[in-house]
Amino acid sequence: MLTKRIIPCLDVKAGRVVKGVRFRDHRDAGDPVELASFYNSEGADELVFYDITASSDERPIMLQVVERVADQVFIPLTVGGGLRTVEDIRRMLEAGADKVSINTAAVQNPSLITQGAQRFGSQCIVLGMDAQRVPGAQPVCWEVYTHTGADGGRRTGMDAVEWAQRSVELGAGEIVVNSIDADGTQVGYDLALLRAISEAVTVPVVASGGAGTLDHLAQAITQGKADAVLAASIFHYGAYRIRQAKEYLAEQGIPVRL
Amino acid sequence: MIAIIDYGAGNIRNVLRALTYLGHEASITADRAQIQRARAVVLPGVGAAGDTVRALRDRGLDDLVRRTIEEDRPFLGVCIGLQVLFDTTEEGGFQPCLGILPGAVKRLPAGLKVPHMGWNQVQQRAESPVFLNLPDGANFYFVHSYYVEPAQRELVAAETSYGVDFCCAVARGNLFATQFHPEKSGPLGLRVYDNFLKATLGRHTRH
Repeated sequence: MLTKRIIPCLDVKAGRVVKGVRFRDHRDAGDPVELASFYNSEGADELVFYDITASSDERPIMLQVVERVADQVFIPLTVGGGLRTVEDIRRMLEAGADKVSINTAAVQNPSLITQGAQRFGSQCIVLGMDAQRVPGAQPVCWEVYTHTGADGGRRTGMDAVEWAQRSVELGAGEIVVNSIDADGTQVGYDLALLRAISEAVTVPVVASGGAGTLDHLAQAITQGKADAVLAASIFHYGAYRIRQAKEYLAEQGIPVRL
Repeated sequence: MIAIIDYGAGNIRNVLRALTYLGHEASITADRAQIQRARAVVLPGVGAAGDTVRALRDRGLDDLVRRTIEEDRPFLGVCIGLQVLFDTTEEGGFQPCLGILPGAVKRLPAGLKVPHMGWNQVQQRAESPVFLNLPDGANFYFVHSYYVEPAQRELVAAETSYGVDFCCAVARGNLFATQFHPEKSGPLGLRVYDNFLKATLGRHTRH
């Protein structure tokens, strides 16, 4: 049976992992290679590196980070942040990424999904989506936002479920659904959003934003119908180990790789 | 030297990284002489089977793949590198593959999330030195939308279940090919490469 994946997400700025990752036995908590190796040994099913570098001058550093990780860590690696062209995607895949995640650039230029999928295969084109509940809407619906790094993001006027479906038609092979409402709150994923998107598309859906407990991970899978869960804080700050999370999911009858 | 066949596909360098990490001398090449001299040949692949077959033909490498397998030189196929060995694929309509192994490549059944992406159990169906120290039912990383259905049952080395029980590894002599990606399957995946090379290169050099 296909197992449900647990994916730690690491934010990288100018070649260093930020948002302190606190674990014992760490010589250098900010070194991407060491952290990738650590999460690999902990049983992470994939890794996501998100480049939050603001300056384009520092973008090439991310390629070196990806190369160094790919030389040492042999599990799937997704890289997101700042990828705007097919050439950006090509360079990242050559550096060793297995998948690239595109978000704002896909909204601004949906053909980037198609071009990337035609050139490199749908399996490596991941749509990253930031969605927020439309206040008071009945039935409930969600709007897609871009540029969520700053000032609460920009509205797009696009419905999240429709955008998810369209991205699959365009060639996306996986969708990471991030709830703006839940992100950083640790009160749980937006299960209704996850479920609406998972049931509307034929490709795997990854839950993102809001995990605070192990039960939140389980809920994203059982109620949100997610195929994988992405989490940052609960692992980085040492609240839970990945092994612990997997054992918890297994106790709930969820298939995991132990 | 181990030759990783370069037919212009995207990210096949992770196979090179895995072999290098294991201490093997390998290189990505489209050079016929180099591939013919290689101690082992690896055909990796991502993307579409039909495109891969065309790319191999355009570079005149399809016959080299055929001859390598017919002469039972060590050959390892991965993902699309497994699929293209068969007769035909349903991908992109109905397209011919290399026809080196009898059988067809089929679309995973409807009603499931496709691609089949993630870690799934590999059930060993035949004894192979490639499975040395690999627990039966161990998880390996898959990412694919089509699967191979060999016409000869004896080709099936392992199976995986995803809506259908499908063949995820074939073995015949010094040929081994997997649907899963050993280079993305952690330490057990690396062991697949290591076992294959130790078994086939050992066997081959004794001749």
